[in-house]
Amino acid sequence: MTSEQVLLRQGAEARVYKTEISGRPVVAKQRFSKTYRHPDLDRKLTRGRMNQEARSLKRCLDNGILVPQVVRVDKDASTLFIEYIEGQTLKEWILGNDDEAKESDQISAMAEDKAVDLYVLERAFISTHPNSEKLFALVLEAYKAENTDVASAVLKRLEDVRQRGRKRDMTG
Amino acid sequence: MPESNKTKALPKTIIALGLEGSANKLGVGIVKHIYVDGIPDDAELVPEVVELANVRDTYNPPAGEGFLPRDVAAHHRSVIVPLLKKAFEEAKVTHKDLDCICYTKGPGMGAPLQSVALVARTLSQLWQIPLVGVNHCVGHIEMGRAITGAQNPVVLYVSGGNTQVIAYSQQTYRIFGETLDIAIGNCLDRFARVLKLPNDPSPGYNIEQYAKRGSKFIELPYTVKGMDVSFSGILSFIEKIAKTEPEKHTPEDLCYSLQENMFAMLVEITERAMAHIGSNEVLVVGGVGCNVRLQEMMGQMAEERGGKVFATDMRYCIDNGIMIAQAGALAFARGFTTPIDDSWITQRFRTDQVHVEWRT
Repeated sequence: MTSEQVLLRQGAEARVYKTEISGRPVVAKQRFSKTYRHPDLDRKLTRGRMNQEARSLKRCLDNGILVPQVVRVDKDASTLFIEYIEGQTLKEWILGNDDEAKESDQISAMAEDKAVDLYVLERAFISTHPNSEKLFALVLEAYKAENTDVASAVLKRLEDVRQRGRKRDMTG
Repeated sequence: MPESNKTKALPKTIIALGLEGSANKLGVGIVKHIYVDGIPDDAELVPEVVELANVRDTYNPPAGEGFLPRDVAAHHRSVIVPLLKKAFEEAKVTHKDLDCICYTKGPGMGAPLQSVALVARTLSQLWQIPLVGVNHCVGHIEMGRAITGAQNPVVLYVSGGNTQVIAYSQQTYRIFGETLDIAIGNCLDRFARVLKLPNDPSPGYNIEQYAKRGSKFIELPYTVKGMDVSFSGILSFIEKIAKTEPEKHTPEDLCYSLQENMFAMLVEITERAMAHIGSNEVLVVGGVGCNVRLQEMMGQMAEERGGKVFATDMRYCIDNGIMIAQAGALAFARGFTTPIDDSWITQRFRTDQVHVEWRT
């Protein structure tokens, strides 16, 4: 089975460890249970999200997008084992490079979902790295260049998402 | 070493009147800010805060009904003069002691906002005291900070009209996540109407009491979209099952499940904001912030992160006058006033549109 686990990072939903499976270095992403929420709800969310992540990674690989390979899924331990890749994290990379930007990958076929994901990414950029609007503009350019078919529909929808619901200002 | 020849600034005191009426509560508050060493030019303003008065009168429609703007405005008009008198009596000050008159500029319901702004404007001209227009959400945040002493918390602002996750950065209260449709308090209020729960003391309070007696968890839609949440679909869903299969679920279990589900959504996006900015403090403000179950869930989450939850009681988390005085007095200390020509109100006024000059 797995050998010793070294904690790499803890996020809001999961702990990420480095470990080994049959001598191969892997990352174990363990979604921990949230004591604040009802156990039924906790189980539903944890399981659903882990399955979705595994499926998404596989779909990326099938479509030639370079992502870590899924090695094992342990439903009982809510843990996803994926290939360990040596290198910088995206955050380290952003802090070290202000001149160029890479882009994230999308799974859902709906323009709506893609636009919401881009919107979340945009807010994450701006809130973590103030004045990174230029960097995000590069993300959008790269997005446009890579996904010519769907990009215009998604970017148009992104405009809507930015203005959605209560996000309008007092003049609206 | 020779003593600094820089003379020490004189103490400065600001007394502010605050008028709040953006929804069904009319609040009048008077606060005194004391700057022992004068108002600093380039540091964050942290005056000693003395509460002089904080009185309130709530308009409650009959069970099963919501409040209409025109009825709320009529309520505010009818009780504002006696409420003002009560506040001055309690505070043991007169209008001559006031430095500024603060009123809610928005966001909120148009007619009630207008009725209170008109009183503020009249008093300002009558007594020759400057006006300060205040953002309602910023009022909640500043009062919560003053009462709890939370330093740099992620703020969850939850009420009948608003649902936002907020963090401070560069003189702005930045909105990290918010509702895409109705506010959480609005969802709770409207479900209380379906169950015909009384509006007194508040529909949300009565839902909370029912929820305490519930035990069966009914699965409801869980709608977190990125950092945002949506409640209207949950309301439609639970209204439907409450009406079409009343024999299957008790009102207690419905209230319990509704709270558990929606509060989990709020805790999730709050935790994400905390992880993002690296803060371990969370401050809950707004009327729904009184809910003990929400405070408990937020506390569990914060504890697991080695942090802490800050919350206030009904005097401050439910809309009140002193929070408007609190935020207004801080802005006034930085020289901000609202000329009569600009003393209008607005139903839409985003938290991040305020330049928070009193912080660094």
